[in-house]
Amino acid sequence: MATFRIKRFNPEKQAEPYFEEFQLDIPSGATLLDCMNLIKWTLDGSFSYRMSCRSAICGSCAVKANGHALLACQRQAEHIVDNDETITLEPLGNMKPVKDLVVDFTPFWDKINKVKPYLEPGEAPPEKERRQSQEEFLLIDDSSTCIMCGACYSDCNVLEVDDNFLGPAALAKAQRFVGDSRDSQTLERVKELSEPGGIWDCTHCAECVERCPKPARPFDRIKEIMTVALEKGVHNNNGARHALSFFNSVKRSGNLNENRIPVESMGFFNIPGLLSLIPVGLRMFLKGKVPPIIHHSIDEVDDVKRIFKELDQ
Amino acid sequence: MIQHDVVIVGAGLAGMRCALEACKELDVAVLTKVYPSRSHSGAAQGGIAASLGNVEPDSWEEHMYDTIKGGDFLNDQDAVEEYVKAAPRVIYELEHMGCIFSRTSDGKIAQRSFGGHSKPRACFSADRTGHAILHALHEQLMKNAKSVKIYNEWYMHSLIVDGDRCNGVVVSNVQTGEVEVLQAKAVVFATGGYGRVFKITSNAFASTADGVMAAFDVGLPLEDPEFVQFHPSGLYRQGILFSEAARGEGGYLLNGNGERFMEKYAPSRMELAPRDIVARAEQSEINAGRGVNGEDCIHLDLRHLGEARIMERLPQIRQLGIDFIGVDCITDCLPIQPTAHYSMGGIPTDKHCHVIRDEKGTRMNGFFAAGECACVSVHGGNRLGTNSLLEAVVFGERAGRSALEYAVGIDYGNVNEGQEKAKVLEKLEDVYQRDGSESYNDIRNEMKEVMMTHCGVFRDEEKLKICIETLKGLQERFKKGKVTDKGKLFNTEIYEVLELGNMLGMALIIASAALERKESRGGHFRTDFAIRDDANFLHHSMVFNSPEGPVIKKKSVVITKHQPAERTY
Repeated sequence: MATFRIKRFNPEKQAEPYFEEFQLDIPSGATLLDCMNLIKWTLDGSFSYRMSCRSAICGSCAVKANGHALLACQRQAEHIVDNDETITLEPLGNMKPVKDLVVDFTPFWDKINKVKPYLEPGEAPPEKERRQSQEEFLLIDDSSTCIMCGACYSDCNVLEVDDNFLGPAALAKAQRFVGDSRDSQTLERVKELSEPGGIWDCTHCAECVERCPKPARPFDRIKEIMTVALEKGVHNNNGARHALSFFNSVKRSGNLNENRIPVESMGFFNIPGLLSLIPVGLRMFLKGKVPPIIHHSIDEVDDVKRIFKELDQ
Repeated sequence: MIQHDVVIVGAGLAGMRCALEACKELDVAVLTKVYPSRSHSGAAQGGIAASLGNVEPDSWEEHMYDTIKGGDFLNDQDAVEEYVKAAPRVIYELEHMGCIFSRTSDGKIAQRSFGGHSKPRACFSADRTGHAILHALHEQLMKNAKSVKIYNEWYMHSLIVDGDRCNGVVVSNVQTGEVEVLQAKAVVFATGGYGRVFKITSNAFASTADGVMAAFDVGLPLEDPEFVQFHPSGLYRQGILFSEAARGEGGYLLNGNGERFMEKYAPSRMELAPRDIVARAEQSEINAGRGVNGEDCIHLDLRHLGEARIMERLPQIRQLGIDFIGVDCITDCLPIQPTAHYSMGGIPTDKHCHVIRDEKGTRMNGFFAAGECACVSVHGGNRLGTNSLLEAVVFGERAGRSALEYAVGIDYGNVNEGQEKAKVLEKLEDVYQRDGSESYNDIRNEMKEVMMTHCGVFRDEEKLKICIETLKGLQERFKKGKVTDKGKLFNTEIYEVLELGNMLGMALIIASAALERKESRGGHFRTDFAIRDDANFLHHSMVFNSPEGPVIKKKSVVITKHQPAERTY
């Protein structure tokens, strides 16, 4: 007998969510969704959540189980029960709960819409199909597997503190077109995606890769967009300057020049930006956190340079 | 009252393709009880058929013949001809919209073999073709957001009709529970299938006959409902789909003795015979005690394909096996069984997607249907794999064009908003107030069980009569169920009860038509009438509503190029 500890919420009835426990024998081979259905159909018909395909392709049944987002239909329930024979179910994070495990997807879709999520071909199409090599297909194959379930969005650490961030799903969707050999707007796309709220606001925690139930792996896609942006010379933003400064510092000295990176990230001629660093710098100084003024190379800097040289080739 | 020129119910492939066509000149609404990207078209895996000839020379003529032979000669051949001729164009258009396809070495759309097709003509995107097309169409709708409004998570209760004209639909916003009247010059149904009436099914929870029953309830007939396709490779017990592409790529079917039993049933096509034949072969092996370990399943063996090919061509189904039953098809066989998959029958339409209201083909004005919910009929008694995505796209576009042409030249019809709303509110209130002793879960399970055992792959008169009696009993018990959620907000329980009511109605229609058809053809097999009987049954069934229950009439089959012939593989 397992305990399902479920976060219940019905704004028609209560102002605040609460946890309710249900006891259930997990049938052999049952998915988490099968168990949720058994609870709904035999114990409490008012238990509310989304579901549809049962085969991990429609993306409806993403919920938080034991603190992490997953697709309920994709997991065997007995694989999820914790040491106390309990499964804790909560609605996805970073979205407003509507009722029980149902959340409001409006901001999620608004952000998908922001990345111009459709092909922008440059010229009129040929009579038959456009040619695309299998290699070009593979550049967009992974991002095209996204099922818009919101699991990555739920557990994204940036979204927790910054509503303005486009988030992993929208950025993965963006890569679907940035990487498409048939699209004509690559430069415009990476310029827009380099704006605040875009690729450079990702903190590289890769939580989205852990949560993605498909091969879409949003953070991998974000890195691909970053690469294209840098290759296309879209450097005029803090994120790109930061990445380049970081790169150059390691290349030159084998470690980070922490005095130089913030200044280079802001840009030498960005006076308001540079001024905004002063209070942070002062606080660091008062707390004794200022890095050494004179930057030293590591002893093995020649090895580092050799690595960079080989990578260049 | 909400108004739109064209209202489309359903946002799968047919609904969205329809919207893209109609929105070229008109204000369009797409209504879906889920979200477009959650539609069940996305679960289609293996491919979409077209005689592109990218791998081997091919022609529409061959595609046409394969489709008709696959359908056991019940297809309307004029519709089939236009449908297969349109196939290459609509696929190129999808590619131009941005749909992602696997490619040949020279960069063309890749194609592979599929059951019943004599040439490799399944265009595919790995093993998630439906998903790729669904998202490409959704992308185009987002691009055209100015002229298409999408109503996510709205449930359609009923059609509004005035004599021979359809004027709109009555709907609920699932999130708020509010009932609204949606007035339209043209209504298009693209509401999908109803496989959920069976215990073992590949269908989504949403595939519950809402659309077809809304049409039936206003006096329109349903065509060929007895023809339900059982897909040969549903995951044992769960029923979820393992693509036919697994066999298209060379997979074997083995019985419990390790024999490739298809030798006995379809020696020339083996595992790539049409689905009705393969599903019956599997069920015969299981019934004869030759299932794996004596259980109700047989084995799908992909091990000889090798890891590289499986990872390139079938990555998703490999993952499904690992996630759902802990079996990696690279090293082990997958346990499968026939699973209710596709409804050949549905709302009768002519080849321009106008719904017809009698066996003579009289049009219902302002009402159109496309995709699985419709019966054109291009599939006849059995659909070939990869022909359904094609159907959704070809006839989705046509329905959009027909609805546009109809709506451009006409004003809104008369709708009595208060009256229409009151009818639905009354029905809803009745459900809300139910406080009986019956469990809807039991009723649903008993319906699914009896449909599977008595109206499934093999049928006979005795079983069907028991099935019909059981369903009538369930319909009575349905009125005495109990609803626990009395709230309005996102009340999924209420919609599940409404869906169950629709499914009970649909199940009875399927079983009644199956009882009437005393022959075996395509997906309908009667052990007491085991051969096809063209002299008495080369016609479509048209099932009408009546106070005494379903009444069945005949509609003739359109035969142009291919006279019915013996069907062997």
